[in-house]
Amino acid sequence: MTYGTEREMTDSVSGGDESVHDVHRYHEEPFWRKYIFATDHKMIGIQYALTALFFLLTGFTFMMLMRWQLAYPGQPIPLIGWLFSDDTMPGGVMVPEFYNQLGAMHGTIMVFLGVVPLAVGAFGNYIVPLQIGAPDMAFPKLNMASYWVYFCGGVVMLASFFVPAGAAKAGWTSYPPLANIETMGQTMWLIGMMFLITSSLLGAVNFLTTIIQLRAPGMSYFRMPFFVWAQFVTAFLLLLAFPPLEAAAFLQLADRLIGTSFFMPSGLVVSGQVLDIAGGGSPLLWQHLFWFLAHPEVYVLILPAMGIVAEIIANNTRKPLWGYKLMVYSLLFLGAMSFIVWAHHMFITGMGTTMGAFFQVTTMIISIPSVIILSGLFLSLWGASMRFTTPMLFALAFLPMFGIGGLTGLPLGLAPTDIPLHDTMYVIGHFHYIVAPGTILALFAGIYYWYPKVTGRKLNDFWGRIHFWGTFICMNGIFMPMFIQGLAGVSRRLYDGGATYDFAANVVQYNELMSIFAWVLALAQIPFFINFFLSIKKGKEVDDNPWKATTLEWTATPTPPLPHVNFETVPTVYRGPYEYSVPDSDSDFTPQNQP
Amino acid sequence: MDIPYTVEARPDTGVNNAKLGIWLFLASEIMLFGGLFSAYIFLRIGAPEWPGMMAGHMYGRASEVLSVPLATLNTFILIGSSVTIVMAWASLMMNRFDKYRLFMGATILLAFGFLIIKGIEYTSKFSHGLFPSESNFLGIYFVLTGLHAVHVIGGIIINSYFLGPGTKLWKTNPKYFTNRIEVAGLYWHFVDIVWIFLFPTIYLL
Ligand code: HEM
Ligand SMILES: [Cu+2]
Repeated sequence: MTYGTEREMTDSVSGGDESVHDVHRYHEEPFWRKYIFATDHKMIGIQYALTALFFLLTGFTFMMLMRWQLAYPGQPIPLIGWLFSDDTMPGGVMVPEFYNQLGAMHGTIMVFLGVVPLAVGAFGNYIVPLQIGAPDMAFPKLNMASYWVYFCGGVVMLASFFVPAGAAKAGWTSYPPLANIETMGQTMWLIGMMFLITSSLLGAVNFLTTIIQLRAPGMSYFRMPFFVWAQFVTAFLLLLAFPPLEAAAFLQLADRLIGTSFFMPSGLVVSGQVLDIAGGGSPLLWQHLFWFLAHPEVYVLILPAMGIVAEIIANNTRKPLWGYKLMVYSLLFLGAMSFIVWAHHMFITGMGTTMGAFFQVTTMIISIPSVIILSGLFLSLWGASMRFTTPMLFALAFLPMFGIGGLTGLPLGLAPTDIPLHDTMYVIGHFHYIVAPGTILALFAGIYYWYPKVTGRKLNDFWGRIHFWGTFICMNGIFMPMFIQGLAGVSRRLYDGGATYDFAANVVQYNELMSIFAWVLALAQIPFFINFFLSIKKGKEVDDNPWKATTLEWTATPTPPLPHVNFETVPTVYRGPYEYSVPDSDSDFTPQNQP
Repeated sequence: MDIPYTVEARPDTGVNNAKLGIWLFLASEIMLFGGLFSAYIFLRIGAPEWPGMMAGHMYGRASEVLSVPLATLNTFILIGSSVTIVMAWASLMMNRFDKYRLFMGATILLAFGFLIIKGIEYTSKFSHGLFPSESNFLGIYFVLTGLHAVHVIGGIIINSYFLGPGTKLWKTNPKYFTNRIEVAGLYWHFVDIVWIFLFPTIYLL
């Protein structure tokens, strides 16, 4: 079937006709409707963005505290140590239980409350309807509900620090039996996760319906910007992968609250005593259910980032993306494959060779589409006269960082090499290269790129560059040594960073260096935050399409577009998303709505 | 600018927004129950006997613990309610609002009937000391049927809304209202189908 043929286009134009008269039906809304219980996708996107940035900062702060303990084990934290209670930091020295709480909540907050809400909730919400030429999301009230449910989940997670014995300590993976016999914080974690899962599900239904149903006339699937495709596949992953974790969370709650033994083997001994439970359950069941979600989840963390980078690269190379269709097919293939690789996280559980072989093969296969997408982005640079704008710097840096993260993942996908590397700092280094120098850089790129559409002003370039170089260098300073430590055999989740292990003697000294980089990384964020908030009022004013981009969001006027309206007239799309430097054209870009 | 395709179907996809939305939601629900069914299989494969030892007795078959007649009755009740909700929708299509109320009311009553019978089953288990913590068989039985019951309650709430305050929409936009009943019906069929899988898996196999 071919999309966007002449006939189809006229069809859908007349299909949308009824609404043409309604354009400009915009009324001023009361304060609480406009800013608090907002239903406009752009305001919800901003709510998500601010909340997610807050949580990213929170998760990062936890890590800065932990990095002190790793660099100087057992020494009191200077200046701020006294702020903490005696249960967590007597005399300013972090106790192991508190280290574990911070570690588990760092992971949980970064993944579920920071990166995904920023990548999907904020960017997806704000940009997707604009890029497909829609007035809003398909279900605005549901959209509002997703945000507030997410918000509640965040509150529950933060509140869990204040229950007896503090927050969850069993890691972001919450493996039983440990998680089952944990203190109350773990119950809070499970309840918080249920909120976050519900929020994601509502969001996913909304995104998919919006993309399938609300594309403007002429916006056929293969005229959608790559970013929209990335959000589309991401929404499918959220829709189908999260429910099994919700099921697992029910089962773990039942184990903890009503004494079932779904994850508890018979005869389990805790503190020298056999537990009085029915037994017969399996801790591996949790691992399967958890990773069935959590592998697709890593693609949820990375695909929107790839989408952002693709937009910015096409815009700043002034060329069409190389292999757009191939990249889209790769995306779809990758999305489908991501459901059958999960047990590569479980090679050390003693699975049989047949099962091991299956998951190794699927893991090697799934690396192919990722490589195709990354290669497509790299090849797009070929022969371009690039504009090194601030968003472009971040987008360019994403490419090698994601490359490092991806390549170091291959040894983890093969059982013989994974078995010694499993649960070492090498793994931490690997996935942080994907999510921190990878996704986080891409998210910054997106913020610099779309800020002018949201506020009508640009972020300052000078401070943007300082922010870029500081972040880029520090991130590598933190995560590169992790590979070395991991290869030397240092485990993750160690309270003292390996100081008491002989074999770590040659590599523990890196801990101090890594911690210093982490704190400098914090300093490098100061120009960003000042820039971010000052530029709302003081930034340089720009026109509606400051980057001279082709995609529809830049044709939406005024800037920012009106709530629930977005476009003055329903846009009609006549061409693909990246018609830059079209030969014989008078300008070097041709917007999608230009006949 | 109003959101397009809230009532009319989009020509190239053939559905309106709500209908697509409910299908997507049901896909996620399949994954939710699918996750629990997989857990059931996983636990059962790992168990030496099934249902096994409970409250001091050894059971070889699920039907010795659970009441198959009551569950069979419940199966018919739910299937009946699926029929009545289709009739409710069909009545709207034929512009017979009075009949719609009758059939929707019947659907809700049947759903309550299901819950009452489920309640009787639960209490008889509890009175024999058969609690979820007794064994994984009981545990998964209570979790699966409990989650299903929550879905039934959800359905009752939705359907009651469309029998009470929701009917205002019928007067202003009957097509929109009819669509909503169709969507509510799809959800209700799903709740029915889940039970049709649950019943043989837990009670008979
Ligand atoms: C950029 C600043 C960041 C720093 C300095 C940092 C540092 C660390 C370190 C050192 C650990 C290991 C702790 C231990 O083994 O005891 C860790 C764990 C983890 N981090 Fe990060 N991280 C950062 C950002 C992120 C981001 C952006 C994400 C996710 C999107 C993330 C997700 C995780 C997860 C899931 C864990 C595992 C937690 C666990 O063991 O349960 N981190 N991080
Ligand atoms: Cu994985």
